Amino acid sequence: MSSEHIDEVSGISTTGHEWDGIRELNNPLPRWWVTTFYITIVWAIGYTIAYPAWPMLTSATRGVLGYSSRNHVKNELAAAEAAKAKYVAAVESKTVSEIAADDALREFAVAAGGAAFRVNCVQCHGSGAQGSKGFPNLNDDDWLWGGKAEQIQQTITHGIRFASDPDTRVSEMPAFGDIITADQIAQVSTYVASLSGLVGDASLIEPGANVFAENCAACHGENAKGNKELGAPDLTDAIWLYGPGETAIAAQVRAPKHGVMPAWIGRLGETKVKELAVYIHSLGGGE
Amino acid sequence: MNGNVIGCARVEMHVLDKTVERLEAEAVNSTKSRQPLYAPRKKIFPKRASGSFRRFKWLVMVITLGIYYLTPWLRWDRGPFAPDQAVLVDLASRRFYFFFIEIWPQEFYYVAGLLVMAGIGLFLITSTVGRAWCGYTCPQTVWVDLFLVVERAIEGDRNARMKLDAGPWTTRKLVLRVSKHAIWLVIAAATGGAWIFYFADAPTLIGEVFTGTAAPVAYITISVLTATTYTFGGLMREQVCTYMCPWPRIQAAMLDENSLTVTYNDWRGEPRSRHAKKVQAAGQLVGDCVDCNACVAVCPMGIDIRDGQQLECITCALCIDTCDSVMHKLGKERGLISYTTLSDYNANIAVATAGGSGPVNPSLVRTADGTFSDRLAHFHIRKTFRPRTFVYMGAWSAIGLALLYSLLTRERLEVNVLHDRNPQFVTLSDGSIRNGYTVKLLNMVPEPRTIVVAMQGLPGAEMSIVGIDLPAGRSFAIPAEPDRLKMLKVFVRQPANQVEGIVQTFKFRVEDKASFESDEYTATFNAPETAR
Repeated sequence: MSSEHIDEVSGISTTGHEWDGIRELNNPLPRWWVTTFYITIVWAIGYTIAYPAWPMLTSATRGVLGYSSRNHVKNELAAAEAAKAKYVAAVESKTVSEIAADDALREFAVAAGGAAFRVNCVQCHGSGAQGSKGFPNLNDDDWLWGGKAEQIQQTITHGIRFASDPDTRVSEMPAFGDIITADQIAQVSTYVASLSGLVGDASLIEPGANVFAENCAACHGENAKGNKELGAPDLTDAIWLYGPGETAIAAQVRAPKHGVMPAWIGRLGETKVKELAVYIHSLGGGE
Repeated sequence: MNGNVIGCARVEMHVLDKTVERLEAEAVNSTKSRQPLYAPRKKIFPKRASGSFRRFKWLVMVITLGIYYLTPWLRWDRGPFAPDQAVLVDLASRRFYFFFIEIWPQEFYYVAGLLVMAGIGLFLITSTVGRAWCGYTCPQTVWVDLFLVVERAIEGDRNARMKLDAGPWTTRKLVLRVSKHAIWLVIAAATGGAWIFYFADAPTLIGEVFTGTAAPVAYITISVLTATTYTFGGLMREQVCTYMCPWPRIQAAMLDENSLTVTYNDWRGEPRSRHAKKVQAAGQLVGDCVDCNACVAVCPMGIDIRDGQQLECITCALCIDTCDSVMHKLGKERGLISYTTLSDYNANIAVATAGGSGPVNPSLVRTADGTFSDRLAHFHIRKTFRPRTFVYMGAWSAIGLALLYSLLTRERLEVNVLHDRNPQFVTLSDGSIRNGYTVKLLNMVPEPRTIVVAMQGLPGAEMSIVGIDLPAGRSFAIPAEPDRLKMLKVFVRQPANQVEGIVQTFKFRVEDKASFESDEYTATFNAPETAR
């Protein structure tokens, strides 16, 4: 700096820069600002001692307070679990019917079961539990294995046709394509379709009824209302797992498809399964 | 520190006409001596004033502080299902209680309406009587006044305080200062402490606060408000108004030529003279102002009102009080400094300067016998009523009436319905169609009620409610808890042969059979195209 420029009006030296005749006064920083700045430095030193900060070769300094964000999360999760503990204990000790009858407990189980459903069940049954062809709709009132809360719990616990669970629900409709003729299949399909009001070739209905009585009534019942003990579906209602109409019915008579549902007890445990059962039961079709 | 300040601190008294003491006061924030913004603050030592405006300010202080400190302790019986605190902001339960009014969060527009009314009310007040909010009721003004009371009681009035401030640190100074700041801190803590009682049951909370069992947020709030009260009221004072507060700028924009502002009437005051009789004897003109500086000494903002209307002036009118008492002692008319409108002032200055043709000549405003000329303009209440104030009054009353009407006719029973979207409908085994709804019943009174939930429309359809073990029907009586929202999961089922199209509308109607209060919600019912 060759010469210091002093501002005439204020008598304060300037920074020496000039922009179109405008100069900047070389005022000191405000004292409060400088003080605050030094305080932040002191604070920073204290902080790096108290908290994990300095990077080392394999990890960082731990800090004298022993804080870690992992522990923080762990504590928060533990607190959340503790907050739920009262309800979880009640769910453990009560039957699903008792849970469903208790307003507060049902609300908890429906929320918890809904969360478990969205993780474990939506892949097959859909996010609204509405199912799809081959995967039952859990909102309706048609149940292959029973719609009481305990029956639903049993189904979730042991699964359906799940080979590795000895208590799994099993039913297997024979492939009638090898047992009866194609004509008989057409007849019985038309007859079964007519039971729920779907109109087909009326002349096939009577022979179809005979075929049904000989081959199907053993499991589906003489009135075709099905049998939940055997997992035999009701053929007189409006709900068709593999589609309505004579063609879809004929395909299922000829070579039936058999869906498989895993047993969930091993993966989810009894409490979660109970919550799921209460949730499914609350969807509107529960008996 | 420059020479001015030291001069300011020097205590000298002249006796003028043996009645009025002259004060060596210089306006810290006067136009002439205004410092660049980058300058340390000069302390202001306001002298005690007395008079009608000061009495009015004491009254306002007692009322506003009384409201602030006592309101949370008022009780109001709302029955067994609601708190009995008259004014309570219950953040945890999201309820606001104000005497007979209870507000749910979705009714916050009442508060918004009140804030709009407060804004327009401020416009109205400002356009008629100037910055009355600043001068009388602003918490900053009230608390600074309170802190000044303490300061005066401990350290004495202006001269004693200036002497103490300029003097060296002695034991006496230390004792005085420590006790002053201690009392300030107690007041500040009481101020912060009173605030939290608006947010919880006051009698319970005060016990918790003193036993150390209150929520951390209570202590944090008390600490923050203690710090701000102490800093703003004790240490920063007029700087808050001048530098921090946006109101002076906004309020100044609301003034017009018919608004009353604290005005030095130089048309009768100038030329000011400390030696009026001598000057008069010399045949020169002399005005009423004896330049005693009393108006400067009492000013809490450190201005000289004789410089004209200024940004810093909060129109507290203490200069009016003190000048009036000086004028009274001198046997002159009061009102050398007065609440005056700009239009009156301009008319009078025109009289005094003979239409602007010369300097102020106070003899022009007086008649031969020394009384004021009847050509002088005086404030008349008529001036308050002008189009602008009518607009403000109209808007203020309209909003107020609308809020009142809305409050008196509001429903305390509401129903909201959410239609299930996934799945939108379910086909049941008999072919009938079922839709699911989440029905929210809002029982907004603090007493349990039985609410009838019924369906209107949708032929043949019936509903069932999860958790209620009754056969399906079109109407259910639901017990609703006091002051709570009741959520119901409702399934509506319509036989297939009565389904009319893929979308039908119907109504959920809720009614309290005891009070006949009711509400409706129009919902849709979806069905597949293949419904048979």
